[in-house]
Amino acid sequence: MLASVRVNWIILRTCLEERLVYRADFAFATLVRFLPIVTQIFLWGAIYGIHTSHPQGDLNGYSYEDMVTYYLLAMVGRAFSSMPGLASGIARDVRDGTINKFLTQPIDMLGYLFWHRVAHKLVYYFVATGPFLLVFYLCRSYFSGWPDWLTIAAWVLSLLMAFLVGFLIESLIGLVSFWFLEVSSLLFIYMMINYFLSGHMIPLDWLGTFGDWVQYLPFKYLAYVPAAIMQGRYSHAELQAELSVECCWIVVLFVANRVAFVRGVRQYAAFGG
Amino acid sequence: MVFNRDKPYDTGMAAIRVRDLTKVYQVYRKREGLLASLAGLLHREYKDVRAVDGVGFEIETGEMVAFLGPNGAGKTTTLKLLAGLIHPTSGEAQVLGHVPWKRENAYRRRFSLVMGQKNQLWWDLPAQESFRLHKEIYRIEAGAFDRRRDELTSLLEVAHLVGQPVRELSLGERMRMELIAALLHSPDVLLLDEPTIGLDVVSQRRVQEFLKFYQAERKITVVLTSHYMKDVEALCRRAIIINEGVIKHDGPLADIVDRFSRHKIVELQFTGSEIPPDLDRYGTVTETRPPRVKLNVSRHQIPEILSSLLSRYSIEDVSVQDRPLEDVIAEMFINQQQRTKK
Repeated sequence: MLASVRVNWIILRTCLEERLVYRADFAFATLVRFLPIVTQIFLWGAIYGIHTSHPQGDLNGYSYEDMVTYYLLAMVGRAFSSMPGLASGIARDVRDGTINKFLTQPIDMLGYLFWHRVAHKLVYYFVATGPFLLVFYLCRSYFSGWPDWLTIAAWVLSLLMAFLVGFLIESLIGLVSFWFLEVSSLLFIYMMINYFLSGHMIPLDWLGTFGDWVQYLPFKYLAYVPAAIMQGRYSHAELQAELSVECCWIVVLFVANRVAFVRGVRQYAAFGG
Repeated sequence: MVFNRDKPYDTGMAAIRVRDLTKVYQVYRKREGLLASLAGLLHREYKDVRAVDGVGFEIETGEMVAFLGPNGAGKTTTLKLLAGLIHPTSGEAQVLGHVPWKRENAYRRRFSLVMGQKNQLWWDLPAQESFRLHKEIYRIEAGAFDRRRDELTSLLEVAHLVGQPVRELSLGERMRMELIAALLHSPDVLLLDEPTIGLDVVSQRRVQEFLKFYQAERKITVVLTSHYMKDVEALCRRAIIINEGVIKHDGPLADIVDRFSRHKIVELQFTGSEIPPDLDRYGTVTETRPPRVKLNVSRHQIPEILSSLLSRYSIEDVSVQDRPLEDVIAEMFINQQQRTKK
């Protein structure tokens, strides 16, 4: 147990060192990701007509201020749940045989990828926290105050679980490459579905009856649920139920990953030398 | 420098046992052209390719065996099966008492696979970071790790490079680092797939010398595939020749020339600068550098040919040699390919 903790710690440390090698590229990529946040706030401003003589009041239960806070909080959720390069990286490694090292060394590939991703995120937060705080500070007037401690704790928990759900979905897509070798189209479809069904584009309660169906899928935990929790849209009882279902999704996705890995390895042909 | 033995070895038993091992790949057969590509979206034809076909052999603990064969013969597939990277279609294999494709950690801690065309080190970090990670992954005790790392880096003359990012190392330096990473946990079985591919002559020789020394010191079991016969001749006494997934020879390397070559090379040095024009009646002239000439002659005719040559011409020096192993094996593969085509 202690040895395994130590291995994971060294993996995390080595991954952190690796992430910090190309610092200019990393800092630039991180900062550029903030541009869409600014443009999106302006877009919602135009939709609500806030600079016109007849601004919209509420749209589907969201005022302009609610929408901006929802969007900012959804972006925080995405900062935890998005996994750029994970699925395509697994597919590339399967295609060119780079995963051989995970199969011949006494190491769990999925565990390694998990800690690699934790390192990726930690470095991202290190660089992105400043700009995030600045954006939140500039938009502070749109927030209606701090929720209670239990809600804040549930929000933090939902962000951590959003990371797990995002990781497990993308790694599962990556593992499909054991059968198909190329998953870029599958990944593209997932990105589109994810953008819509996670609540990244618009809140899920804007989708009407279709939104009721979306509630049964795991995508909402990637952006909508953390944002809605922090906006106080769930009662304490609903919070408990929502997070319990999310927990079940994590277990289901974890088991699916393990099964896909074990079966995938049996399919693996170790191409490329 | 002498290695400390950290682990006892099993002695007097086969380290690797393989019986009737078969691996069949299903390969997509795409016909030429755009229409065929479109048709392939709806229906695909697959062909069974028997990469390894009923292979069987045993390798004793401490043996160093060469696996030889042309490209696509099944050498790397066999190594991948022994490393547990792929599952066989049928057959059995045991390495150090483990079934490789079960990929138990207890097995994975006792072998290493080095593929000359694959990089296992972290590309952007110095090799010492990869070594440190290996220390944890393989649970190497701190003292043993320091000792082995220092010994290996010193033997392979890369101690001054361990702090340099791997991407900045030359191919030869990188391969030596790969070998160090593979040996840090002191494996009992080492599977080497083309470890000197693409290396310059100096790096090749350094890797060869190191492997020879290390294997002699540690008595580890080594399976080596290489297209460089100089590697094979320098390192192995036994060779397994595989072609089209089937073992064609398993025995001493020295037997290969006797078994598969019906010719020897007779090198003659004539007294004058002239070379007689009718030498081709004795055999094939393979090299002419007056006053020296090389003849490829049938091995059972050598006594009479030599006697005839010496009586007819004024010859200053004569030698009879076996044909280079490389030529014998190449000829053997070409003959087999021609037979298969027929």
